[in-house]
Amino acid sequence: MKFKGKAWKFGADVDTDAIIPARYLNTSDPKELAKHCMEDSTNPDFMRKMQAGDIIVADKNFGCGSSREHAPISIKAAGVSCVVAKSFARIFYRNSFNMGLPIFESREAVEGIKEGDQIEVDADNGKIRNLTSGKEYQVAPVPAFMQELIAAGGLMAYTKKKARLA
Amino acid sequence: MTITEKILAAHCGKKEVAPGELINAKLDLVLANDITAPIAIKEFRAAGATKVFDPERIALIPDHFAPNKDIASAEQCNMLRTFSREHDLSLYFEVGRMGVEHALLPEQGLVVPGDVVIGADSHTCTYGGLGAFSTGVGSTDVAAAMITGEAWFKVPETMKFVYKGKLAKWVGGKDIILRTIGDIGVDGALYRAMEFTGEAIKKLSMAGRLTICNMAIEAGGKNGIIEPDEITEKYVAKRARRKFKFYKSDKKASYVEVREYDLSGMEPQVACPHLPENVKPVSAVSAVNIDQSVVGSCTNGRIEDIREAAKVIKGHKVHPYVRMIVIPATQAVYKQSIKEGLVDIFIDAGAAFSTPTCGPCLGGHMGILAAGEKAITTTNRNFVGRMGSPKSEVYLANPAVAAASAVLGRIGTPEELK
Repeated sequence: MKFKGKAWKFGADVDTDAIIPARYLNTSDPKELAKHCMEDSTNPDFMRKMQAGDIIVADKNFGCGSSREHAPISIKAAGVSCVVAKSFARIFYRNSFNMGLPIFESREAVEGIKEGDQIEVDADNGKIRNLTSGKEYQVAPVPAFMQELIAAGGLMAYTKKKARLA
Repeated sequence: MTITEKILAAHCGKKEVAPGELINAKLDLVLANDITAPIAIKEFRAAGATKVFDPERIALIPDHFAPNKDIASAEQCNMLRTFSREHDLSLYFEVGRMGVEHALLPEQGLVVPGDVVIGADSHTCTYGGLGAFSTGVGSTDVAAAMITGEAWFKVPETMKFVYKGKLAKWVGGKDIILRTIGDIGVDGALYRAMEFTGEAIKKLSMAGRLTICNMAIEAGGKNGIIEPDEITEKYVAKRARRKFKFYKSDKKASYVEVREYDLSGMEPQVACPHLPENVKPVSAVSAVNIDQSVVGSCTNGRIEDIREAAKVIKGHKVHPYVRMIVIPATQAVYKQSIKEGLVDIFIDAGAAFSTPTCGPCLGGHMGILAAGEKAITTTNRNFVGRMGSPKSEVYLANPAVAAASAVLGRIGTPEELK
């Protein structure tokens, strides 16, 4: 699978309140949550400027704080194709795999990509290409069990099979 | 093995587990609240599930935006209510019986030492204070767990924290954990277990221990944990609704890192905006004027916390420019506060005293900040916009400092009150 889009850069420790402020958590409707994606971040106009397919590129510990799955849901529903970061907070990492938001860890990619660069993420081959600068970066490998979960169609599909609900 | 490894091993039927190993563990309790349960319930239904694994082991607690703050929140709380009735869940807590989830479950003996618990709330790590393995997950994990009663985990590496020295007056569990987060940073324990030990922990009450483990997530930790002892025994003996088991780390257990702290002479600690790692001694922030002081939450809403704040504010008045809001974390804490005359102390001082709710901690309701306003609070996060306007500021502190600051109109300590 390949994702292609413009890079939007964010700093370190982007927390879940910045991704989707709690004042909007009185609903779990993805469309509603998407309207407020990144509203309390360093780029509050993100939703007005971004286009479907664009890519969030962030420093370390992206998604720290709350366990709210509304955070990856709002990013996905906003049309962001994937997130690249130096590292992810633990619960956000787990949630993204569970609900199907593609995320990639790559320190060198984050350092080499500037806001507005055109990026291509080649998930199958673990490569990130900066089409603007022509540079290529390696993605940190996805743990084997995570790959199994993805291959099974996510946690719920895996669980259905296990609980013989399918 | 460490205590974390031993508990996980016991729950996946293995004699031993090692860091990095993937396991499928049996769960003693699965938890969700009015923000996270609606997504879990939708996923549960979408999977075609018709039965939960055990109606006695799923806790659904409407505490974040409850009592319902608006129509949309009322709809969300209603989903929990309907699902609980449909599946005959014994651990649904209605308004009037509910409390802030992580204060309520230990208090009611519904989480016990040796448990493995997941909750769709990041502060589920609180129960490590009892000597349980507990960690926050998302709604989808809870949906799957409600069906199977199991969850997958990667066994975490453990960081050991050793605290020495005698705590000064007005210094407690909150200051210990703030100091630690200030030292290692908000991702200093990413993916890791945080084991808190040492003479200062041994002397700490259960309330202080629960506060410390509650904020393990603020350092990125998977879980926080404290070995159970006589203090734990005394706390759980009269509450536990299930059998419990004390696990202890082997003397030869291996740790990825050991950090030591001498807490002698440590001042109360304050985390400044906008990250819990921006920690300073209280004396360094005494010039900060405040508009609001909040005492409560899963971090510091237990009776010991309410008592401490009351002791400080007794005989004083809340500063004319400050709103003080005190929120006991559970109905039992509320009732005890009435019994001990603490509610009178707060009301006489000019503070508001509320029914249990997470309320202002996550900027839900019951004390939202306007642009430019500053709050000192006993809660757990000070991210941008956490308590309201993205242009407001939140300072995290212990209950004594929050109460003293309410009187002073600026950040300060009980010693500064005349």
